[in-house]
Amino acid sequence: MRSAVLGIKALAVIGLVAGSFVLTKPGAAADQITITSWGGALQLAERQAWFEPFSKETGIAVTEDEYSGDAAKIRAMVESKSVTWDVVDGWTLWANQLCDAGLLERIDWTKLGLDRSRFIDGDKYDCGVPSFISSDVIAYDKDKLADGPKTIADLFDTKKFPGKRGLRKSAEVNLEWALIADGVPKQDVYKVLNTPEGVDRAFKKLDTIKKDIVWWEAGAQPPQLLADGQVVMTSAYNGRIYDANKNSGKHFEIMWDAQMSGMGNVWVIPAGGPRVDEAYKFIAYAASAQVQGTLTKYIPYGPANKDAMEFVSAESLPWLGNAPDNLVNAFQSDPAFWKDKGDDLNQRFTAWLAQ
Amino acid sequence: MATAIAKSAGFGKDMLLRGELQRSERRRKLCAFALVLPLLLFLVITFVFPIGRMMFNAIHDETLLALMPRTTAALAAWDGNDLPDEQVYAALAKDLTDSWERRTMGAIGARMNLELPGAGSQLTSSARKASTLSAGPYKAALIQIDPLWERKEVWSLLKRGGSPYTAYYLLRSVDYQYGPDGQIVATPPDNAIFRAAFLRTLGISVAVTVVTLLLGFPVAYLLATLPPKSSNLLMIMVVLPFWTSMLVRTVAWVVLLQHNGIVNQTLMGLHIISQPADLIFNRFATIVAMAQIQLPFTLLPIYSVMRTIPPSHIRAARSLGAGSFYAFWRVYFPQTLPGISAGCLLTFISCLGYYLTPALVGGPSDQMVGYFIANYTNKQLNWGLASALGAILLVATLLLYYVFDKLVGVDRIKIR
Repeated sequence: MRSAVLGIKALAVIGLVAGSFVLTKPGAAADQITITSWGGALQLAERQAWFEPFSKETGIAVTEDEYSGDAAKIRAMVESKSVTWDVVDGWTLWANQLCDAGLLERIDWTKLGLDRSRFIDGDKYDCGVPSFISSDVIAYDKDKLADGPKTIADLFDTKKFPGKRGLRKSAEVNLEWALIADGVPKQDVYKVLNTPEGVDRAFKKLDTIKKDIVWWEAGAQPPQLLADGQVVMTSAYNGRIYDANKNSGKHFEIMWDAQMSGMGNVWVIPAGGPRVDEAYKFIAYAASAQVQGTLTKYIPYGPANKDAMEFVSAESLPWLGNAPDNLVNAFQSDPAFWKDKGDDLNQRFTAWLAQ
Repeated sequence: MATAIAKSAGFGKDMLLRGELQRSERRRKLCAFALVLPLLLFLVITFVFPIGRMMFNAIHDETLLALMPRTTAALAAWDGNDLPDEQVYAALAKDLTDSWERRTMGAIGARMNLELPGAGSQLTSSARKASTLSAGPYKAALIQIDPLWERKEVWSLLKRGGSPYTAYYLLRSVDYQYGPDGQIVATPPDNAIFRAAFLRTLGISVAVTVVTLLLGFPVAYLLATLPPKSSNLLMIMVVLPFWTSMLVRTVAWVVLLQHNGIVNQTLMGLHIISQPADLIFNRFATIVAMAQIQLPFTLLPIYSVMRTIPPSHIRAARSLGAGSFYAFWRVYFPQTLPGISAGCLLTFISCLGYYLTPALVGGPSDQMVGYFIANYTNKQLNWGLASALGAILLVATLLLYYVFDKLVGVDRIKIR
């Protein structure tokens, strides 16, 4: 009997403690916001260009978190109703998928006070505000390869450029490049890729260099592959290449032909978070013309806000994916196509890899 | 009469004693149970429940049932032979209009894309147009809007959606899928990846287990027979990697084995090879790196069993005339078997779940099931498929454990 009473008391104590947690979790610290980004050189730049000035201007403290760019954690947070990330620097590739699943807040552009039509691809995302443009490009080391590749066809030309090539381990980007290199006009790429014959054609082209490919998955890998001499050329995100030149004294060069722009970053707000208003305040600040372009001072990812181009630092301009000179032969990727066919093509791609 | 009374009294006493005994036994059991209760609760809350919940995802999916309730209900009576009748199309038109207003067609489309790639965007565009339809007949109108609605596989997919349970994810995990008429067919070879991945996982695990056994057994023997002073030093060298993160150890292999890495440079410096050899991003690197990480797990149980084998056994065998190999093979080795099976089982089962090491040092054709589970969880966000793969891996592991138990007997295993 005594032990039963003790047990009840213990339970009551546990209940009280647990209850106090529940009570203190929201509510506290109104003037702060948690922003999650990709870590590394990018987050360092964002901190200097956006997070710290925002805190200074508004008095809202910024707590930072990092993630790998995978959306699984957002889904887990929202579905378990324990959202702790107020704003996430998300990725174009999954922004719409999560939006459709109801995992992100729909952006109210009037509340934001920004002009949606002034944003590159602004109309493509109902749950995201484009923050900057990153491009998938081909890069090589000028110290080792004086006469580098000129067109995307050179990526597939192992006679002219013998040696290994680095490519991102994913179906997207590679299938498009294979078709362009095989002579498909850029505007027809997705039309061709939408047919079984087109998919076969793309894989057949990739077959020609399959044994010469080193696959990478994290953005930090390609500069390392180049520096180690593991590859003669590699696909990469343009900002990482500039970062290696600036901070590690490398002489890497970017080949802009068929650069895949349109894969960039968007600000998203996980649905049901406790500080949606502050999140809006931050996005309105960071995506404004005067502020968005200042990121280029620290890392050369071009602003998605067209009005921000005039605030871009002159030094970084040649390295930006959306600088006019670099856009001449650019290829516009189509997130809608990948939303539809991504699951199927990625499975085929995985099967092809393992063959 | 008197004897009968005496008997019944004895019987009563007996009952009393038994009751007392049972009570004290029960109290003891209760006490023991109370002691393990915290751990049990901990395991249930942090282990059994989440894993069970995750495995439930493998067979449970109500996307279509919840978001297209009218269509799936109307399809219950459909026989699957011809296209459904007007009533079903009317239900579809209502559901599409609804989903357009509630913006749920994205979620429906994502689910449909899994089985019919490309159907998602057709669904979205039909939902937009269907929301403007004011009156029937809907069948002709919807087919006019998009030919998707005269494809029978769409209807059999929606009919299957009428149940909250689906075999789709489990089927896909073993390279089967639903055909156009709802029958089960093999996944086309271009897309079949999972059966090969399961076999590869088994193969790599067996190979790593064998390598660790071949490397670990002699070292364990040395450790067990050396004088304590030198064996302690060796022991530290064996255990040291335990304290290093697995990620660090794996990346160390990248540094060693890469194209211009230390191994290649040494070999070229010694003029053994003239071109750098392909040492990394292949099966060789995967097995080498995994074996290095798993070595202590195989070695330690063997070592602790060897420590308990008295050296006098071998001496006795030798003095009775056995040759040194015969004495080892017939007297010593059989006594180490419980340690060997414990170590190998430990390594083999840990290997089945490997993900990080093959991802970093393996090539694309060396990826194990763990890689696909991580990929479908984190990147593709297809948690149903990830759960199905995980469930199959778990069941296969338990099955192997059962077979092992039948063949060797788990109770014969000795860790110490």
